[in-house]
Amino acid sequence: MEYFLQQLINGLTLGSIYGLIAIGYTMVYGIIGMINFAHGDIFMVGSFIALATFLALVALGISALPLILFITLLVSMLFTSAWGWTVERLAYRPLRGSFRLAPLITAIGMSIVLQNFVQITQGARVKPLPPQIQGGVTLMEGVTENGTIAVQLSYMQMIIIATTLALMIGFSLLISKTSLGRSQRACEQDQKMAALLGVNVDRTISLTFVMGAALAAVAGFMFLLLYGVIDFYIGFLAGVKAFTAAVLGGIGSLPGAMLGGLLIGLIEVFWSGYFSVEYKDVAAFSILVIVLIFMPSGLLGKPEVEKV
Amino acid sequence: METAMKTPPAHTWDDNAVLSVEHLTMRFGGLVAVNDLSFNVGRGDITALIGPNGAGKTTVFNCVTGFYKPTEGRIVMRHGTGLQSEKIEALTRTGRQFNDDGDDRVFLLERMPDFEISKRAKVARTFQNIRLFGGMTALENLLVAQHNPLMLASSMTIGGILNLPSYRKARAEAIDFAAYWLEKTGLIHRADDPAADLPYGDQRRLEIARAMCTRPQLLCLDEPAAGLNPRESTELNQLLQYIRKDHGTSILLIEHDMGVVMEISDHVVVLDYGEKISDGDPDHVKNDPKVISAYLGVDEDEVAEVEEALDMPVIHGKTDPAENGEGGRS
Repeated sequence: MEYFLQQLINGLTLGSIYGLIAIGYTMVYGIIGMINFAHGDIFMVGSFIALATFLALVALGISALPLILFITLLVSMLFTSAWGWTVERLAYRPLRGSFRLAPLITAIGMSIVLQNFVQITQGARVKPLPPQIQGGVTLMEGVTENGTIAVQLSYMQMIIIATTLALMIGFSLLISKTSLGRSQRACEQDQKMAALLGVNVDRTISLTFVMGAALAAVAGFMFLLLYGVIDFYIGFLAGVKAFTAAVLGGIGSLPGAMLGGLLIGLIEVFWSGYFSVEYKDVAAFSILVIVLIFMPSGLLGKPEVEKV
Repeated sequence: METAMKTPPAHTWDDNAVLSVEHLTMRFGGLVAVNDLSFNVGRGDITALIGPNGAGKTTVFNCVTGFYKPTEGRIVMRHGTGLQSEKIEALTRTGRQFNDDGDDRVFLLERMPDFEISKRAKVARTFQNIRLFGGMTALENLLVAQHNPLMLASSMTIGGILNLPSYRKARAEAIDFAAYWLEKTGLIHRADDPAADLPYGDQRRLEIARAMCTRPQLLCLDEPAAGLNPRESTELNQLLQYIRKDHGTSILLIEHDMGVVMEISDHVVVLDYGEKISDGDPDHVKNDPKVISAYLGVDEDEVAEVEEALDMPVIHGKTDPAENGEGGRS
């Protein structure tokens, strides 16, 4: 029981990070029907920017940890958004309206560009960051045949889960209540009609990339804090997992992306905890296949209705 | 039927045009969809653009609303009264999209991107096929149309997220304006229903309401009466008359239903094979042999014979929903 609870907490933490990245995939897919394969690498860039900012702030002699964390979060969101905007502007917008495969290939190309850029400028070795937030609370303790086992909720995990929750709520409000969110939904359904009603479609699409990149930056920063090491290649696997999460939840659906992210995180952690660590990815992807066989549009996705 | 004879020879569209299409030509590869077309839309008039299927009516709409960039020609939108010819010539020479004349601006629509035509030049349009945002509620559809004032009030969304008073006020106004048009179109009780769930006739009216929420000076309607039953068609006529009278919005419509055209329009422009064959008030057009021949598909000189044979001097329009200029030619 204690073991189960502990795994649940770990799974939710990991799932939050996947969920934040998955939102970027699902929003871009929703609005222009494109899989932005470079999004995982935007996440990686975000974590590098966060590391650089963190070290710079420490070097400047700022010692209050909450302040450092807050500034790092803002700075990495800002700069990663700029990256997301630039990638869209340079690599995707000129190809919009071209044949369907062109943006996909470009996205893969962009992914390689970002990886290699970081590899060359930052080096291929892993970058460590010593654990910054330590300690936690013990929720319960139990006795098993192997000794005592404690259910720990670390402060790090609390921060990750709370931040994700806050961002999710804020984001859902933005999409459902503000004029920007409304025009994003309008562009999702009919770009030309939205344009004729005075919505600047190009800008709306750009802002979608910016928002996705900002969330990926948050995920990147949390990944850095949680694991303490990053390298230029972390975007690939995290990106694939988050993409899987978006598909699992129903691509195009925001709550779906979050749910998918949490599920992928939980499956991975539980599989590693109860069966084998080696096969955790196999388990995650197998679940994806099974869900898609029975629910082709994902858990919360809307089936595409053929208009008659 | 018209009873009183029309005495004033001066037409609104000659000396106070809100829109002027000048020498418009649109070619798609080798196909000339519209050829050297010129006509005016009078301020405060209901102008009908008619013609047989494939005459190029929807192409004209697509050029006016920025869907297509015309191959040749100029499309002028005026916010101030009068023809303002000198101003327009001066603007044309500058290469700019519109001049800085406060509320009396003139716009060269062929130079503007589509969203700017709605946002600045204040031209709204509907399509032959319904293009509502089906997944959004009726009210939200009307709020999307007020995107620009809302974005301005929310200082690009930041105020919206923080729910500042200025944004709350703008939002309340937008909702009031939307409610006004829902009331006018008889849809207020469906405000919170997804647009796709409304019956066909309601959807058509919702499209007009949405177009009006952009506060247009010119409303372009592509076959608004298509698929409506006689009662709905009458209601539509009343709605259009109301829009023109109480909001001073000029209306340009494509319509196949000659009953609607003859009843509500002040001015009729007839196209055939991408060229203008007649232009005038409904009476003039109705009796123009060129128009009759175009609709009956015979030579001009045979019109009299055909008319005699049919004993029917009035044109009967046909509504053919299969015609779709915009889809078929893009």
